[in-house]
Amino acid sequence: MIKTDVVVIGAGAVGCAIARELSKYDVNVVVVDKRDDVGGDASKSNSAIIHTGYDAAPGTLESQLVVAANPMYDQLTEDLEIPFKRIGAILPAFTDEQFEQLPAIKEKAFKNHVYDVEYLSKEEILAKEPELNPEVKGGLFIPRESIIDPFILVQALAENANENGVTFMLNTEVTDINVEDGAIKSVVTTAGTIETTYVVNAAALHCDDIAAMVGKADYKVVARRGQFYILDKNTSCKVQNIVLPIPTKVTKGKLMCPTIHGNMLVGPTAEDLPDKVDTSVTTEGLNMIYEDVSKMIPRVNIRDTITQYSGLRPNRNPEGLHVDVYDDLKGYVNLSGVRSTGLTLCVAMGKYVVEKLKEIGMNVSLKEDFKATRKGIPIFHEMSVEEQEEIIKEDPLYGTIVCRCETITEGEIMRAIHRPLGARTVDAVKRRVRAGMGRCQGGFCGPKVIEILARELDIPTEQVNKNLDGSYMIVGQNK
Amino acid sequence: MYNFECDVAIVGGGPAGLSAAVAAKKEGAKRVLVIERDESIGGILQQCIHPGFGLTYFKEELTGPEYAGRFAAEAVELGVEFLLNSMVLEVNEKENTVICVNKEYGMTEVKASSVILAMGCRERTRANIMIPGSRPAGVYTAGSAQRLVNRQNQLVGKKVVILGSGDIGMIMARRMTLEGAEVLAVIELMDFLAGLTRNKVQCLDDFDIPLYLSHTITKIDGYQRVKGIYFAQVDENKKPIKETEQYIECDTLLLSVGLLPENELTRKAGIEINPITNGPKVNQYMQTSAEGVFACGNVVHVNDLVDNVSVESMKAGKFAAQYAMGTLPKTQKIVQNISGENVRYLCPHSLSVAEENEKVSLYFRVLHPDNKVTIRVKSGDQIISSKKAQRVNPGEMEHIEFNTSDVAGDNVVVEVVKEA
Amino acid sequence: MKKEIICTVCPMGCRITVEGEGENIISVTGNICKRGEVYASAEFCHPVRILTTTIKTDNEKTPLVPVRSEKPLPKEKVMDCMEVIRKQVAKTPIAMYDVLVENICDTGINIVATGAVK
Repeated sequence: MIKTDVVVIGAGAVGCAIARELSKYDVNVVVVDKRDDVGGDASKSNSAIIHTGYDAAPGTLESQLVVAANPMYDQLTEDLEIPFKRIGAILPAFTDEQFEQLPAIKEKAFKNHVYDVEYLSKEEILAKEPELNPEVKGGLFIPRESIIDPFILVQALAENANENGVTFMLNTEVTDINVEDGAIKSVVTTAGTIETTYVVNAAALHCDDIAAMVGKADYKVVARRGQFYILDKNTSCKVQNIVLPIPTKVTKGKLMCPTIHGNMLVGPTAEDLPDKVDTSVTTEGLNMIYEDVSKMIPRVNIRDTITQYSGLRPNRNPEGLHVDVYDDLKGYVNLSGVRSTGLTLCVAMGKYVVEKLKEIGMNVSLKEDFKATRKGIPIFHEMSVEEQEEIIKEDPLYGTIVCRCETITEGEIMRAIHRPLGARTVDAVKRRVRAGMGRCQGGFCGPKVIEILARELDIPTEQVNKNLDGSYMIVGQNK
Repeated sequence: MYNFECDVAIVGGGPAGLSAAVAAKKEGAKRVLVIERDESIGGILQQCIHPGFGLTYFKEELTGPEYAGRFAAEAVELGVEFLLNSMVLEVNEKENTVICVNKEYGMTEVKASSVILAMGCRERTRANIMIPGSRPAGVYTAGSAQRLVNRQNQLVGKKVVILGSGDIGMIMARRMTLEGAEVLAVIELMDFLAGLTRNKVQCLDDFDIPLYLSHTITKIDGYQRVKGIYFAQVDENKKPIKETEQYIECDTLLLSVGLLPENELTRKAGIEINPITNGPKVNQYMQTSAEGVFACGNVVHVNDLVDNVSVESMKAGKFAAQYAMGTLPKTQKIVQNISGENVRYLCPHSLSVAEENEKVSLYFRVLHPDNKVTIRVKSGDQIISSKKAQRVNPGEMEHIEFNTSDVAGDNVVVEVVKEA
Repeated sequence: MKKEIICTVCPMGCRITVEGEGENIISVTGNICKRGEVYASAEFCHPVRILTTTIKTDNEKTPLVPVRSEKPLPKEKVMDCMEVIRKQVAKTPIAMYDVLVENICDTGINIVATGAVK
């Protein structure tokens, strides 16, 4: 039996941020996740934007946390070496009706304490974003809306937590939670039972299933699917800002923005699903994205797409972000209603949940030896020629390019594998160092990455997975 | 930084690069260097272990490794130098320098008098054609699977469906069958075969593998590994007809849905690209918009036969050597080659006509299949060259020759018309 | 017996009908040239194919060597030959055109390497 003080269920952005915050204290923490890698479901397939909270419902917990979280990213991304850029968002108005909505949007932002929203005239907005449909009448600029590498964000939080003593149990599914005398006793998992005093349910899409294990599921989670396109770095039409449509009553709409690595991201759809697994892309969904976005950005070149994917956002019914503790269930914190803003608010949520845990009796003090920084993997293609020469001398594997599209070396892949919470699957390598993330989508480097993983993990190639158990790439040796 | 000097530097040691190297040497270039990212030369032909190569060039049927081996042996004999395990990061078109990273020497700069781009092509992916459905393991491009099976001894699956009737797809159908896998279907969107008839007969018919023309995959099924695919017949607008949808249980989907010239280096160097071929624009010397940079093979346009690649690449090698030695003929006027009826594109795209007459060949692909046609070259009102063809297919490259001295204006039009 | 054969000599891909029994051909129709007739007749009586595949080597770094049948084999023997080839392990070094299987399946045809392995 494993013993700990806190079990965090879910290794998405929120779970890992909570774990990292807890790792500042003298408390034992175990993070459990059923997936092969940290990064969760929703945290790895979203629009990769750090929001300001300008459009949240004023006065809500979500508004408080998003607004509080946004300014934290300057320091955090420096400390943990996470690719991050404050590029700003624009909201163009194309109709009189939309134009008349602008003051109300600005006012709402004000109520959310987002005071830096600026009005842009037609000329100003076109100068800022020349690819906009010239029919634009004006719009708003939200300077602190930012883009981030969402994979690295979660990995960095998790790696840093891990370095500060947090245990991660991946490929581990929670099957039950034992309660004794109105208090949490243990968490039953596919990898054994964990005795614990506190449980934080950060299982997002599956948080209602976890809550049901302790009889606290007074809500349902519906998977809301969002489909996206990623366009080639060389695509013929690029935007400089996050271009957001003015929301209608029905939908927040579809956006186009650069990714932190220079691709274009276009999407998402919003489709409520009957299940929590169907991460398919559909022709109808993809067509719809194009139809909507091309109204704002007429030259958007969907033919330059290098991949399409979909993510499942946990949509709470009834709606609203909740962090619940219970008088009749000691030691249990239930998070629900974390939706697309979760990627932003996770770092504020970490602090919020720790305070909640203290409120319900967790008696902890700060560690003196907490290490607040984390080193990323040195990125070959971002270096000067002199730096490249230097690193090859240090580590000759940096002299072998494995992924030609993104210019990723074997040295980088080795470091992705051999580091805290290192990559164990092809997708985990891809999400750490971008091998296979380019225009050929692993056609060239895929076979080599399989070989390297098999060699380094000392397993036969047929045991190398794409991601989850059962996602084998190779059926065996030919002869 | 490790430095290297040569007369002609060639990026890529596949069939195009090797043929160019041989020709450059024969033309008199002293130092010819082939820069290759793999640990051995031969390029993609090393994994193309099937026969069908060399029928027009060597007049005998060779396998890929044999074909590459002949050029490699000749190159070695002529004293071509090789920089293996070297990925080129940058081509500087003004200085004619190439920056690469070499496993042994680290960062390396190659100074040359002329550079030949021979990077070949890559495969179109699932995402390029937007196949709907989930994203499980077991979806491979045919070429990746070919590398795994033929070079790395790894079998990618046991029950296989292939999308696209391109040559690699059909050849992999046979290959997987011979290695014990079951190939359940080859599915083709168009109403005609994308590859060579010979491959349909010897790779599909021989093994009773069904070919579904005018069909496409409507959904991939499975979350960890491929569990199956849905496919349906398409209407005249290539849209799937819902009522005809069927399901095939399989663990692997191979894609043979086209090739794209690999021109990242070319783009980065600011060299002009033809939007139809996705390759650099070249003249009859295979010279790009940067005068010291030449290009040949699939990096210029995707060829059907490696024999054509060799012929074209030998021109690039010859003229790049002449450029390096300062003997390339002086251009008198530039003639644009224009695609007329039923011609998708022409290669070369323009002619740099010199004083002395030159016999030039224009290579092209048709837009749609046709029977009993005349291929002709028009300059102004004059037909300066014409020939008849029994059958033309988009899957097969055509060519026509003419004399530059016959060209009157500043363009020529090539067209494929029905015989009167 | 009647058999439809798609000609592979040129891109025309003529659908040729051959009528006959065993070695005895009664008629060849549907071809537009003499080469088609020759091809279809041979394909009717003795269809043959060049077999290309790989043989495992004893070198881990280069686990396979590409091979071919020196000459075209009877088509119906292809799968039997594969069975024999599957069991082979070739000793390195291997040079181009080294004979790796002699007289495979009593066809009188050798399987030779089409690549070199050190």
